[in-house]
Amino acid sequence: MSKNRSYDAVVIGGGHNGLVNGAYLAKAGLKTLILERRHLVGGAAITEELYPGFQFTTFSYALSLLRPEIIHELELTKHGFMPLLMPTTFAPGENGQYLLLGQDHDENLQEIARLSPRDVDAYEQYEHDISRVCQALKPLLDAVPPNIQSKDPEELAHMAGLAAYLRDLEPRVLHNAVRLLSGSAADFLDDYFENPLLKGYLASSSIIGTKVGPMSQGSGLVLLYHNIGEHDGAFGSWAFHKGGNGGFTQVLARAAQSFGAEIMLEAPVANVITKSGKATGVALADGTELEARIVVSAVDPRRTFLDLVDPRELPADLVENIRRFRFQGTSAKVNFALDGLPRFPALGDRGDQYRGFTNIGPSMEYLERAFDDAKYGWYSARPYIDCAVQSTIDPDMAPPGKHVMSCFVQYAPYHLRESDWDTERQGFADTVQATLESFFPGFGDLVLHREVVTPLDIERVVGLTEGNIFAGEFLAPQMFFFRPAPGWNQYRTPIEGYYQCGSGTHPGGCVMGAPGRLASRQILDDLRAEG
Amino acid sequence: MIKTTPFHDRVSALNETGLWSHWAGHLVVDRYQMSEKFEYFAVRNSAGVFDTSPLYKYRVYGRDAQRFLAGVLARDVRKCRPGRAQYTIWCDDGGFVLEDGVIFRSSEDEFLLTAAEPNLAYFSDLVGRHSVVIEDVSAQYAAIAVQGPRSRTILSGLAPDIADLSYFHFANTKLGGVPVMVSRTGYTGDLGYEVWVPAGEALTVWDAVMEAGDGHGMIPFGQIALLMARIEAGLLLIKVDFESSRYAWNDHQRSTPLELGLGWMFRDLASDDRAFIGRNALQREIADGTSRWAMEGLLVDWAEYDRLHREAGLIAPKDHVPYQFEMMLYDDDGQRAGYATSFMYSPMLQRHIAIARVVPALSKPGTRVHLEMTINHRYVTVPAYVARTPLYKPDRKTA
Repeated sequence: MSKNRSYDAVVIGGGHNGLVNGAYLAKAGLKTLILERRHLVGGAAITEELYPGFQFTTFSYALSLLRPEIIHELELTKHGFMPLLMPTTFAPGENGQYLLLGQDHDENLQEIARLSPRDVDAYEQYEHDISRVCQALKPLLDAVPPNIQSKDPEELAHMAGLAAYLRDLEPRVLHNAVRLLSGSAADFLDDYFENPLLKGYLASSSIIGTKVGPMSQGSGLVLLYHNIGEHDGAFGSWAFHKGGNGGFTQVLARAAQSFGAEIMLEAPVANVITKSGKATGVALADGTELEARIVVSAVDPRRTFLDLVDPRELPADLVENIRRFRFQGTSAKVNFALDGLPRFPALGDRGDQYRGFTNIGPSMEYLERAFDDAKYGWYSARPYIDCAVQSTIDPDMAPPGKHVMSCFVQYAPYHLRESDWDTERQGFADTVQATLESFFPGFGDLVLHREVVTPLDIERVVGLTEGNIFAGEFLAPQMFFFRPAPGWNQYRTPIEGYYQCGSGTHPGGCVMGAPGRLASRQILDDLRAEG
Repeated sequence: MIKTTPFHDRVSALNETGLWSHWAGHLVVDRYQMSEKFEYFAVRNSAGVFDTSPLYKYRVYGRDAQRFLAGVLARDVRKCRPGRAQYTIWCDDGGFVLEDGVIFRSSEDEFLLTAAEPNLAYFSDLVGRHSVVIEDVSAQYAAIAVQGPRSRTILSGLAPDIADLSYFHFANTKLGGVPVMVSRTGYTGDLGYEVWVPAGEALTVWDAVMEAGDGHGMIPFGQIALLMARIEAGLLLIKVDFESSRYAWNDHQRSTPLELGLGWMFRDLASDDRAFIGRNALQREIADGTSRWAMEGLLVDWAEYDRLHREAGLIAPKDHVPYQFEMMLYDDDGQRAGYATSFMYSPMLQRHIAIARVVPALSKPGTRVHLEMTINHRYVTVPAYVARTPLYKPDRKTA
């Protein structure tokens, strides 16, 4: 490796936001290098053959919040972007009940009527209300939030503009937005629905990746967040990228390279090199030093501010805010290679119900009890599980007749009471498998291989602090103006030329790409201002 | 009385929606499952099976078969060697298109021609003194299209010789023990095959193909998914993108091959000594540059489409179900510039696309036109850019 190579911009971390950011910078004409610690890009959005013939989405497993602008501006369709439809959502209940939703509106209403005639138009009203909130708040996802600590006239105008925007929203839409952003999902859902299974299914979106139960204040924000993703013009709709999210990040990598970005694998970064308060380059773990005017961290806020640079170079209040930034990962995965499709007795030998998410969260109480265990430092005895048998959508994921099943599991708190994840790994996976067995009798007999991913594994392998999948909790005090810290929510850092673009910045986690895109705009604007 | 296809027992059992259309006098499935988009993605990502039996099929044979067809069909059939197929058209003597179809050449003096509409009288009346027989064999053959990236793997599992079949070639082989003709053709713009089966043995072949596709994500797909794929592929549809000159009321309804973007069929016209129907008119049109239209693809400006709807207080609709009615086009000065005939949101291209005819001056790829639609019950236009068809073209289609 040659010493002292020089770039306009070096991006630390080849996760999806790093790739998006690097692609935009390269597209703007900057000589850009993306550094990835591992042997493959993608960060937590990777696909790996962990068992012969079976492709696993080890961590992140579906696509929804990806900003449509990125698809077009980075010309992803030229590089193999292929968001496959997941046509069903299956919510098995206890005692053989189930809810099976599909793509046909009228059929879905019939299906809900089977559970509760009252909930039919309630469901339509709910969908309409939440879509209106999403439509109202969507522009906030696609813009840099104002800096509330700034007295700069431009920022004050920015704040005033935001206030005016909110003031002009329809009162009912604004009120619903506030109820969701500050309240609990349970309260919101109770206003509409009576059926526990339907509520359990909908409430499941309010806990994913976050250490809250559906009855916790703050779960409404998570619910809203999981609905604001849009896919082909529908809010709250999800897709499975061809080849998994690893297939998607490979598309991003090809796009970045097509604009001239260089990607260096197995290149862990030791630190950002600074000189008189300015970033001047990056030192790799092997001692190589790379020069760059712009250094962008795509890793999480703790690593961005406390590991890659010397915290002593930073303002004390920022360091304190970053230390207080909550990670507390509570999610894990158990991925299975299966010999066939699971059998849900009430549906006989049918298998088409698995062409989307299968939601093991049969009531809000079930979810809340699962959370109770986590509150006191243990994994759930009956966990929430979001399953996806992705080989039903993309046959390239498994050999003919066999299947891969990705199971996202909650709650699995990073800090276990008087134990650790290396000790509890198999016991945890057994609990997950036993839960699946209770819904799908005979499930265990189908298991050819089991891959357990604990929060500690997420931290070790991907580098996400405490295994938090969003690179920092989705809690109101950590969002928008405050992500990752007040005053530093505009992708800049106190070190000139050093920027942040990971999911720990606005608008946050999920395979969305918005932080990477918005950060690139900020960087390019700053470069233009410098002249 | 509406007919059913030879696959009806199977397709009706698989049709979960109860939705049917009529096509060439036959019951055909609109969509089998609750999502046509899922069926569409099977074609783009794994494999789909489509019952294409209602196509009209004519067997043309005899000593003068080639000479006859060379005079009737606009594309030079003499260049189609046995074992190959050609997409072709036939025109009237005004140089207007009557219809399109695919001609398969089985031997020196035997052909099979497909058509969307009945043509037996038309062709028979042109036979004259030629030693040629034209037989309507539509009911004798059932046909299924197996389309998508896995189609080769699936079919060559049943008949290994299919693996080597080139684009627009065909072979006689056996599927499930039944003698069939398999052609590397289709209406999806993807890797794919069509299987031509004696009607009486249709179900045996269907079962063999379905069994071979098991575990490959193969599913049957209906009309809606087919139309989605064909628009991305830039494949024209009679009564939608053009009308047959035979039943047109005036020239506004007629199109020449050049106006339909089929000029490529006549690249060698100078060295082509055939006296085929429409040749003189076609030659004049080429020489005088009198084409009224150019058939092109359109890529709608996604950002403007979104913005117009957002500012109107709406979520921008992204409906993949084809809208096959005319939508007007204007140039930058607001002058009429043509019309779109098929419009949809393309899941593969992630934007709205159209097949459109534009005035020739605006046919250069990248030219901006303005597509008219309604938002909140008012006419608005959204910018769209001219692009060569096919708008979606995977390498595997011809590889």
